[in-house]
Amino acid sequence: MEKKELICINCPMGCPLTVETEGNEVLSVTGNTCPRGESYARKEVTNPTRIVTTTVRVREGREKMVSVKTETDIPKGKIFECVKQLKDVELMAPVHIGDVILENAAGTGVNVVATKAVL
Amino acid sequence: MEKYDIVIIGGGPAGLAAAVAARKAGTKSILILERDRELGGILNQCIHNGFGLHTFQEELTGPEYAARFEAQVLELGIEYRLNTMVMDISREKLITAMNRERGMYQIQAGAIVLAMGCRERSRGALNIPGYRPAGIYSAGTAQRLVNMEGYMPGRKVVILGSGDIGLIMARRMTLEGAEVKVVAELMPYSGGLKRNIVQCLDDYGIPLKLSHTVTDIKGKERVEGITLAAVDERGKPIPGTEEDYECDTLLLSVGLIPENELSGQMGVELNSVTSGPVVNESLETSVDGVFACGNVLHVHDLVDFVSEEAAMAGKNAAHYVKDYVEKCTEKSSGYGKVISIQPTGGVRYTVPSFIRPENMVDQLTIRFRVGSVYKKCYVSVYIGEERIIHKKRPVMAPGEMEEIKLEKSRLIGCRDYETVRIQIEEA
Repeated sequence: MEKKELICINCPMGCPLTVETEGNEVLSVTGNTCPRGESYARKEVTNPTRIVTTTVRVREGREKMVSVKTETDIPKGKIFECVKQLKDVELMAPVHIGDVILENAAGTGVNVVATKAVL
Repeated sequence: MEKYDIVIIGGGPAGLAAAVAARKAGTKSILILERDRELGGILNQCIHNGFGLHTFQEELTGPEYAARFEAQVLELGIEYRLNTMVMDISREKLITAMNRERGMYQIQAGAIVLAMGCRERSRGALNIPGYRPAGIYSAGTAQRLVNMEGYMPGRKVVILGSGDIGLIMARRMTLEGAEVKVVAELMPYSGGLKRNIVQCLDDYGIPLKLSHTVTDIKGKERVEGITLAAVDERGKPIPGTEEDYECDTLLLSVGLIPENELSGQMGVELNSVTSGPVVNESLETSVDGVFACGNVLHVHDLVDFVSEEAAMAGKNAAHYVKDYVEKCTEKSSGYGKVISIQPTGGVRYTVPSFIRPENMVDQLTIRFRVGSVYKKCYVSVYIGEERIIHKKRPVMAPGEMEEIKLEKSRLIGCRDYETVRIQIEEA
């Protein structure tokens, strides 16, 4: 059995949560004051995901950088690999919001798209 | 001389939302003046997600959120000027501005919306001893360098202050390959949103040291390290608790201050707690026909509330211009009684500061902040001895802006100069 300490982020309460797990199975969640705390804890210990945002270089545009994001959240463990892949990407202006910058980032099946127009 | 019905000072989130709302309320002649090279203000450098959940019911990044409002401004044909710095505003609403093409010139406004945003508190305000080496940045400056200019300010980083920009930059610098050694916070609680502490610090194993401050900066040409010490309850460093950290960069995220030089020059009354203008229910300042919204009024945590507040300021500016033309009379005089809102018992300030009930909307949002962390408490609102609101709150913290709604029907019966008190009560 393994114990993990988390802070719930659903509201400013920030309940300190304790999750007991056995392998990939959640045995118990304690410390939460509402049901949202429990579902947050279950997701966080079994499959934590995040939207990743960073920047990519652009040539011949009005700005040197364009901001980008993963279209949906990706596994937390893939964040650094995703950012690293984007380091090697260089775009040519113009770039538009929603343009796909990188397909299947870090093998997650999720695309990275531009979040700003650089003309 | 040029004339516009409404001139909006600043093209960030507040200015854009105010312009859109003013146009939708019927004002045709609107001009936005922006000093930067593009509209959108600080949102352009806030490339992280988490914006727009209230306004658009979806999670956007800062640039995307700005683009939504810019698109509306363009669609509505609202005029704007970039790279234009406003130098002065007179009480008669004569604006002196400057840009490369026109030089110095003047614009007469019928109404003005102040939307200049805020500025970061700098090292000078902190009294940290040491030389003035390179490598000390405000968190927002570092954010602009990394996200917009494509420069990394340093490789080994210590962050002083746990404001949201500092937390966001801890993650950002880590993703860009820097080593963020520690975030130190003078207060016993963080000034940032909980979600940022978890997703920007805990996710990356960056320690947050509460009740700690930087007592020394080492290095003459470039930062070489800093000394961190624990502080007592009065914020004084405790001798013997010093710890040295080797770093080449110190980021400061130690507070935001509304940028009210222009407001001050024109004689707008400022609130000493918020450093922003004192406003009434219409978000109108002490100078007739001059409105304020967004971070120039009081520093916000969420842009969604800036947009909401700014839309109200823009709409009220439009009504002011219309009334002025129709009646050709001064507006603020002769508007009946005035009720002041008094923050007490843990409430640091309120926006607005006073209300003219005849003039208020049916349900007026009052925004405020508390002075320390409260658990299991009530927000109570009193008129005289009568308690009209008693709302339970599981927790409140200085880092999270609060709001309550006041009903017009409850205030309309108040006597002139009566006080509405807002306070925190223990359960």
